[in-house]
Amino acid sequence: MTTVATRRVVGGVGESVRRPDGRPKVTGDFAYASDLVADRMLWGATLRSPFARARLISLDTAPALAMPGVHAVLTQEDVPGLATFGQVHQDQPVFCDGEARYWGEPVAVVAADDPETARLAVNAIVVEWDELPPVSDPEQAAAAGDSFRDMEIRRGDPEAVGTVVIEGVYQTATQDQAPLGPEAGLAVPDDQGGLDLYITSQWVHVDHRQIVACLGMADDQVRCHPAGIGGAFGAREDISLHIHIALLALRTGRPVKMVYNRTESFAGHVKRHPARMWYRHEADADGRLVKVTARLLLDGGAYAHTSPAVVANAAYFTVGPYRCDNVFVEAAVVRTNNPPAGAMRGFGVVQTCFAHESQMDRLAEAVGVGPLELRRRNALVAGDPLNTSGQTIEGSLPTLEVLDALESIPLPAESAEDDPRRLPGGTGLTTPPSAVRRGVGYALGLKNLAFSEAFDDYADARVVLTSAGVEVHTAAIEVGQGLVTVCQQIARTVLGVEQVAVIWDDTSQIGSAGSTSASRQTQMTGGAVHAAAVGLLEKILASHDGDELTNEGVRRADELVATMAEVCAEGSIENSVRFRHPPTEEPDEFGQGAVHAGFAVAAHRAVVDVDPDLGLVRVLQVDTAQDVGKALNPGAVVGQMEGGILQGVGLAVMEELVIDDGVIRNPTFTDYLLPTFLDAPDVETRIIEDPDHWGPFGAKGIGEPPTISSTPAVVAAIRAATGRPLTRVPVRPEDIVGI
Amino acid sequence: MTVTIIVNGEQRATSAAGWESLLSVLRDEFGLRGSKDACEQGECGSCTVILDGESVCSCLVMVGDCDGARVATVEGLVQADILHAVQEALLEAGGIQCGFCTPGFAVAGAHLLEQNPHPTEDEIKEALAGNICRCTGYGAILRAFVRLAGGDEA
Repeated sequence: MTTVATRRVVGGVGESVRRPDGRPKVTGDFAYASDLVADRMLWGATLRSPFARARLISLDTAPALAMPGVHAVLTQEDVPGLATFGQVHQDQPVFCDGEARYWGEPVAVVAADDPETARLAVNAIVVEWDELPPVSDPEQAAAAGDSFRDMEIRRGDPEAVGTVVIEGVYQTATQDQAPLGPEAGLAVPDDQGGLDLYITSQWVHVDHRQIVACLGMADDQVRCHPAGIGGAFGAREDISLHIHIALLALRTGRPVKMVYNRTESFAGHVKRHPARMWYRHEADADGRLVKVTARLLLDGGAYAHTSPAVVANAAYFTVGPYRCDNVFVEAAVVRTNNPPAGAMRGFGVVQTCFAHESQMDRLAEAVGVGPLELRRRNALVAGDPLNTSGQTIEGSLPTLEVLDALESIPLPAESAEDDPRRLPGGTGLTTPPSAVRRGVGYALGLKNLAFSEAFDDYADARVVLTSAGVEVHTAAIEVGQGLVTVCQQIARTVLGVEQVAVIWDDTSQIGSAGSTSASRQTQMTGGAVHAAAVGLLEKILASHDGDELTNEGVRRADELVATMAEVCAEGSIENSVRFRHPPTEEPDEFGQGAVHAGFAVAAHRAVVDVDPDLGLVRVLQVDTAQDVGKALNPGAVVGQMEGGILQGVGLAVMEELVIDDGVIRNPTFTDYLLPTFLDAPDVETRIIEDPDHWGPFGAKGIGEPPTISSTPAVVAAIRAATGRPLTRVPVRPEDIVGI
Repeated sequence: MTVTIIVNGEQRATSAAGWESLLSVLRDEFGLRGSKDACEQGECGSCTVILDGESVCSCLVMVGDCDGARVATVEGLVQADILHAVQEALLEAGGIQCGFCTPGFAVAGAHLLEQNPHPTEDEIKEALAGNICRCTGYGAILRAFVRLAGGDEA
């Protein structure tokens, strides 16, 4: 990629710039999807299945329709186009199609004058169900062969043996993304039978494709606009209420808004896959890996969503950032009547990282070396073959530098503090502080960047120079991570112009930017903005025979030869680019090939205090070093590191969606515990810059690695404090008490 | 029954049913959508307002109990187009990602500094423990308040 020499421009690449949407967010003016209103707007509400699995015997909507203020009640019979949707496989009916397959599955929707009438109308619908026994055990589904994808990796010699053998079985429970902004959207009919949809999404073009198919409408009749998003973390990669509000708006001819309450939100978006993982590590006497054998079983829930890609990711990252020539993995993601699983930050790798790091700690103990030394001995670095797919690691992979940087961060003072707010259980601690046990643990994680397995992964961007400044157009989704500043900073640095506005186009105005997921937008949309800006600059300079663009205009030999007004005298000048990363390959039948476009490595060290009497854990400090290629906005990079760590801490010690025969038992913020300010550890960060081969300015994606190895680091620290094996996350008090 | 509330110094009246939440009246009737609805159970603090001098989750307050009350919302923090010191500090420290929790933090944080202009780190964490942020891990938010607590801005 052409990289333009960095100019002296305020707010360019490498600065911790303020986000332009920060002011409206801090004043309350920023419009989230749930804040949208329109004239003559109706409110939608959803009837959901009360059972994880049940046959729909009858559905009578007449009592709801007869209520004053109710304008429409729609069911599966009212879907005019394709009856099903789905990002990978179109296997989920828009509404229950005769059998409810998960708890909370939409059955019907209502549009009414106000939210309360809509809710009462939902209650007035008469449904007769025949409850069926749910398939809630993924082993049962696996035995029946009911999987969304089976994935096998065979690399090396199956007969290879090591002298040290470590076997373990690990489990991760169901984690919810729990973004603070609920699912919400507004559908506005136009006067030509079409629609404008203002929706929460992580990829508007893929939502659009599914929506128009179900509506049976032409692509250009529906425009999907990205509405303000209160966090995503994978929860918005799949359709929730989008098709429902579109159908209600078309039926009533009026704008329809719908907002999920928190319990509906828990029911209405995909989860992190719960996983069961059997592992066998074989190593030589020095702890160098000889062979890793594993079986991974992920529970995909009722519908496919992104499960086929998640299980592949889990399989490819079975071993982690370690050299190993002999790897054999059988992985499956199965269909059950549990809540549908899909994307969540880390995308299959969170689960396997917990398992492989638990194994590596046990191996270190078995061969009598420290956890960091064992990881150094096995470290996978640039130029090595990836242990699973066999592809050569191109670009940077500073695994050893990351470990060194982590180790250099000072540990906190040894003794537990006297302030009860900093002890396990807080002011409720009943154990004498002297009985509190301290533990330290480490973990290392590896993540692929952008889409894998020959997916045609691209991002469109358009950069426009106007006399008032630069506009960057993209359909990429800003979920809060800070893509907005990355786009501005890249455009400023390339073009030398400080005034840059990012315009979030709808699906009719620009091509797809791909998903805001897979840690990909800094590299993909950032790459598109970079390439578009470079082309635009060349065009502008050529037309004025200049050698530099600045805020004032085009310069030649440091003389201004055309003012910005003169440059744009005949209108704005633009350049559009479709950016692709280096192509990846389809794997062969055993997962071999150059299937991934790039990699990033991160390491975490956790320090915990444990109350052995009550089994409570206080995560005191989590430090990290992360390979980011190049930090385009260092402040935002630290924000991703800190935020990702806390989600990893959540999975380690508190976050679990309790699912009982398919029914979510804790679908509220009262019962699904999210880490608060008092649960958050101190965090020290080290940014490791070693430019990668294709991201803009050498940047890598940064969003997921913080969530991947933070969980196993915390659990390793609890093991160090307690001596317990702790093979399941989250770690519960009952796993600790009675030491 | 009409309920009269003084919102950000301005007298407003509502005829909403008494059991409606203060949050829904602020958002849907008064158009003050800066207070967010994320859990409607008083767990997340996204809807934090100051009610007669107390920091509360407005989703848990029945509007029928607010007759004659003074309510301060995030919309009242900006004076003459100038951000409150807390808002400025959150921006400067990068304490805003998706921003859904931000109005609640701004309101709760401004209230904290009124009560205690120089809180310690632990006092900041304790005072803001009722406000959940899912994006930042609280680090940048803490840095914003530590800076404020050390200076004279508050």
